[in-house]
Amino acid sequence: MTDRFRQRAAASLAGLALTLAAAASAETTADGRRSGFDYMSRETQSMQRDDSANPGMLWVRDGEALWSRKAGPAERACADCHGDAKTTMRGVAARYPAFSEEAGRPINLEQRINECRSERQGARLLPYESQEMLGLSAYIAHQSRGLPIAPPDDERLTPFRDKGRAFYEARQGQLNLSCALCHDDNAGRRLAGAPIPQGHPTGYPLYRLEWQDLGSLQRRLRNCIVGMRAEAFPYGAPEYVDLELYLATRAAGMTVETPAVRP
Amino acid sequence: MAGALINVPANVKRGETFEIKTLVRHPMETGYRRGPSGEAIARDIIHRFVCTYDGEEIFRAELFPAVAANPFIAFSTVATQSGELAFTWTDDAGHSQTETVKITVA
Repeated sequence: MTDRFRQRAAASLAGLALTLAAAASAETTADGRRSGFDYMSRETQSMQRDDSANPGMLWVRDGEALWSRKAGPAERACADCHGDAKTTMRGVAARYPAFSEEAGRPINLEQRINECRSERQGARLLPYESQEMLGLSAYIAHQSRGLPIAPPDDERLTPFRDKGRAFYEARQGQLNLSCALCHDDNAGRRLAGAPIPQGHPTGYPLYRLEWQDLGSLQRRLRNCIVGMRAEAFPYGAPEYVDLELYLATRAAGMTVETPAVRP
Repeated sequence: MAGALINVPANVKRGETFEIKTLVRHPMETGYRRGPSGEAIARDIIHRFVCTYDGEEIFRAELFPAVAANPFIAFSTVATQSGELAFTWTDDAGHSQTETVKITVA
């Protein structure tokens, strides 16, 4: 790294801090909960706001095409049962994870999509982070954009939510950290150069500039777990779904932003 | 390459400057990475972007490996007449994608 580059990097960091201080708190709730959107630079915020600059919209458009594409031996598309996603899927993603009778436990949106694929379409299951799964989940979650996160008021979810909370608060990994240590106790402060957000899952699946790709909440959770030097559970592990459930409850009432952009 | 987002105002006044925003999906593989078994991953980036306005070239960009995946390119031009804007992205693998948008100049 040349000196000139270092100077420029320092200057842009100072600029970032200024824009952060000046950023409008449109996504802040009355009780002080803040979306990760609030911690971003003004440039990244306007990238998310503008649908023609937000790369997540590429996946949303993919998902729109997949919604009406027939799949599996049943030759049935999502649209054949659910009709126009713009009306039928409005607010659905804001309610997930939700309790599934078949599974006997909460499932997240991705698992719900796969349940539909196996039960109704007889189609192959879509793996996490496959372009098809990201497209469909982004398209469905996008229909809830602007609506409040509304975890279902379902007694059966309580034990799983408690487990999620325990996981959130438990220290783990070689660094002996818990989620709460960063996202509750030190939110708003900095970890290296980056601000620590409060960890509200408001915009998933989202486009992360670091990934240069869209990613699910599970990818983000594994990211943090690896950062704590703990061993990550596989994608879709019940531990992560319980955690997703707790996070949704913690973020209840905050606005869905899908597809969000994060640095 | 699959999918591009293009934002052009549908109606512009003659002589007015308007902004064109384009976003295309591409992995922009730098050529510096190695695969799981150590083999080099060949460079595959969009190296050329061209925009024509009624057949006349109005904007061209040459891109290099430092450009991020899914490159976003925005530029402006002056509205002269109603017509077609054509955008072409060309990558190292020889694939090229062209999208067209019509604009009405009043």
